[in-house]
Amino acid sequence: MTDTAATPSHFEAAGQDEAHHDADHKPGFFVRWFMSTNHKDIGTLYLIFAIVAGIIGGALSGMMRMELAEPGIQYLAQWAGEEGNAALHFWNVMITAHGLIMVFFMVMPAMIGGFGNWFVPLMIGAPDMAFPRMNNISFWLLVPAFLLLFGSMFVPGGMADGAGVGWTVYAPLSTSGAVGPAVDMAILSLHLAGASSILGAINFITTIFNMRAPGMTLHKMPLFVWSVLVTAFLLLLALPVLAAAITMLLTDRNFGTTFFDAAGGGDPLLYQHLFWFFGHPEVYIMILPGFGMVSQIVATFSKKPVFGYLGMAYAMVAIGVVGFVVWAHHMFTVGLSLNMKLYFTAATMVIAVPTGIKIFSWIATMWGGSVSFKTPMVWSMGFIFMFTVGGVTGVVLANGGFTNYVHDTYYVVAHFHYVLSLGAVFAIFAGWYYWFGKMFGKMYNEFLGQVHFWLFFIGVNVLFFPMHFLGLDGMPRRYPDYVDSQTYWNDIATYGYLIMAVGMLVFFVNMIWSLVAGKKADDNYWGEGATTLEWTLSSPPPYHQFNKLPKVD
Amino acid sequence: MAGAAPEHDYHLVNPSIWPLIGAFTALAMAAGGIMWMHDMPYGSLVFFAGTIGVLFTMFAWWAEVIREANGGDHTPVVQLHLRYGMILFIASEVMFFVGWFWAFFNGALFPAEVIGGTWPPEGIEVLDPFTYPLLNTLILLCSGTTVTWAHHSLLNGDRDGFKAGLWLTILLGILFSAIQVYEYGHAAFDFSGNIYGATFYMATGFHGFHVIVGTIFLAVCLLRAYRGDFTPKQHFGFEAAAWYWHFVDVVWLFLFVAIYVWGGAGAEIH
Repeated sequence: MTDTAATPSHFEAAGQDEAHHDADHKPGFFVRWFMSTNHKDIGTLYLIFAIVAGIIGGALSGMMRMELAEPGIQYLAQWAGEEGNAALHFWNVMITAHGLIMVFFMVMPAMIGGFGNWFVPLMIGAPDMAFPRMNNISFWLLVPAFLLLFGSMFVPGGMADGAGVGWTVYAPLSTSGAVGPAVDMAILSLHLAGASSILGAINFITTIFNMRAPGMTLHKMPLFVWSVLVTAFLLLLALPVLAAAITMLLTDRNFGTTFFDAAGGGDPLLYQHLFWFFGHPEVYIMILPGFGMVSQIVATFSKKPVFGYLGMAYAMVAIGVVGFVVWAHHMFTVGLSLNMKLYFTAATMVIAVPTGIKIFSWIATMWGGSVSFKTPMVWSMGFIFMFTVGGVTGVVLANGGFTNYVHDTYYVVAHFHYVLSLGAVFAIFAGWYYWFGKMFGKMYNEFLGQVHFWLFFIGVNVLFFPMHFLGLDGMPRRYPDYVDSQTYWNDIATYGYLIMAVGMLVFFVNMIWSLVAGKKADDNYWGEGATTLEWTLSSPPPYHQFNKLPKVD
Repeated sequence: MAGAAPEHDYHLVNPSIWPLIGAFTALAMAAGGIMWMHDMPYGSLVFFAGTIGVLFTMFAWWAEVIREANGGDHTPVVQLHLRYGMILFIASEVMFFVGWFWAFFNGALFPAEVIGGTWPPEGIEVLDPFTYPLLNTLILLCSGTTVTWAHHSLLNGDRDGFKAGLWLTILLGILFSAIQVYEYGHAAFDFSGNIYGATFYMATGFHGFHVIVGTIFLAVCLLRAYRGDFTPKQHFGFEAAAWYWHFVDVVWLFLFVAIYVWGGAGAEIH
């Protein structure tokens, strides 16, 4: 924008920072990791946090698949240490914790906090984020938020311990239906996580608008930076509405207001509107940075610039804008008027257009390219395939009429796990392998990376594809039990989880092996296809890069 | 930072303990609040300890920022960062109020049967919008002009005018808050048990909270003015306070028109 006029006038080549040995001077352990103002260290903290949260959220889903492997109640009473409804309540606690952890404490910290922090400044040629100290509180607020959510599982939440209200925290279950501090802890956990994300969003937007290297116009920005920019705007505008909604929950629960209580003139549907006005942009918040990473990776490994760069950038902008006006497609069965359903069906389907532009542009990028199937590339291709499957069922679910039949069934569960568990997570792994050497200075093991991919790819498909059949067969989500005739596909799905879990073991082995014994990473280990600015720096980059700002033609 | 002097104008901030302390005192505030709401022992104590921690963190953190500004770290490009940051923060605040207006319009445009199918609900006696609320509207509009007076005085190097404008703005802010407290004390409807009171008090209450924050922000600027901070060329701390003040002013205009005038029309006046 207008910053370049204010910067000094020595615009020479980048990548000479290694010459300044002092630029690599790092503070001591406590100061470096607990008082950090360094975007790369904070990005690493975010990644560690996301891995820890992912292990916990993943373990919860493993417990759920164990319980669902057979009809009837197997383990719930044992795990909950309670009988009857109190044991069933623990099921609701698990689905709630799994959802909130994966959304707020795994995907968002990994994509935006982790890769966003690491690579947005590097890709735009900036020495750090615009507000380095605020960047650190964005990270540290997540820790208390996670402690509150995790702790909520062990305090009274109504029928038994824990917040069993679903990640959507719908009233009146979350108000009059859940006495006890557990739901209050979950609500304040979301307040803190929301504050963290809003501050992070302010930081990213300012950084991207104001710290691009001389010559890097918006239309020359790498697509990952575009994706984080759009994501940050969604965060900035959607999260405060959630904050208002959950504050209303808090006062309804504790101070006698009646926002969502029909007896006092309130409206439970108001909560759903407010929640989904946030919640729908939120699902794009989780996927857009993945779009950005996949765009970089597909271009790198096809040794071609991405096809239709401007179309790709503005498709993300379009998805972000339209994403704000489709929220009630999550509420098709609450008794919306016909006109409302027609509008929200049509508006939702419009999103398929920019999304299709992206899918076809990725394919066109590979077309005629010199494609090498390295681990990040196979994860990206896996992403394109999976996201297309989830996107297609998304178009199906956009139909208000059809949704009457599959609302709150496993068809919906299959849909959003295809776009998130198989879309967002595939993008995270693609980014992880793509930038592992750049971040940590050591190369990952290619063989283990491929094994991880194939086990995970087969595992999650065996896990989630049968859920389409279960949903069409009427199996409702959020239940620990089902009719005997649905045993077959549930059993298969649980085996899929096991295959995926073995894949995750390979991931951890690869990570530890590579950090200890990995081959040293070159500056640009992907060669000619990798053209963005992070590849002009050493691996890992100096503690403070771009002391001399790079110049972009 | 240590090492070779960077050849750019960005501000590489030194490591700071305040983010860590701020995050964990916020945890104490949240946990204490929950304990207090559930009548657990020491709940209020933990809450207030956390609140004091958060307030102290804000004080120490912004003191650090002011020291850096006075030390010359805020180059033109860094000042531009701060401008972006403040505008974006206000944008997120706008969306926060969208949530409260949404709740209000949901209740007022689609009044439930249980409240008589009308808005304001049957039996609610509203505040007369054209007495104290109108006075408060004039007070805030007036304060918008006094803060502009302060700004132009500063731009023209008139420090006394700057201080006088700030003094007046702060006093008008305090007057506004005092009148709000007086009105709350004399309203004929409750906070709890009815949707009218819920939307009214939470929307105007959050606005009132923002007025208090804005008043404190301006008061800090006044203290800094006496200390000799701010130059006609560089005074973003004050400008941010003024932007924030205009923002709470505009929110009030919407509250006044929507909730007090339109949202109270047709009802009996207390």
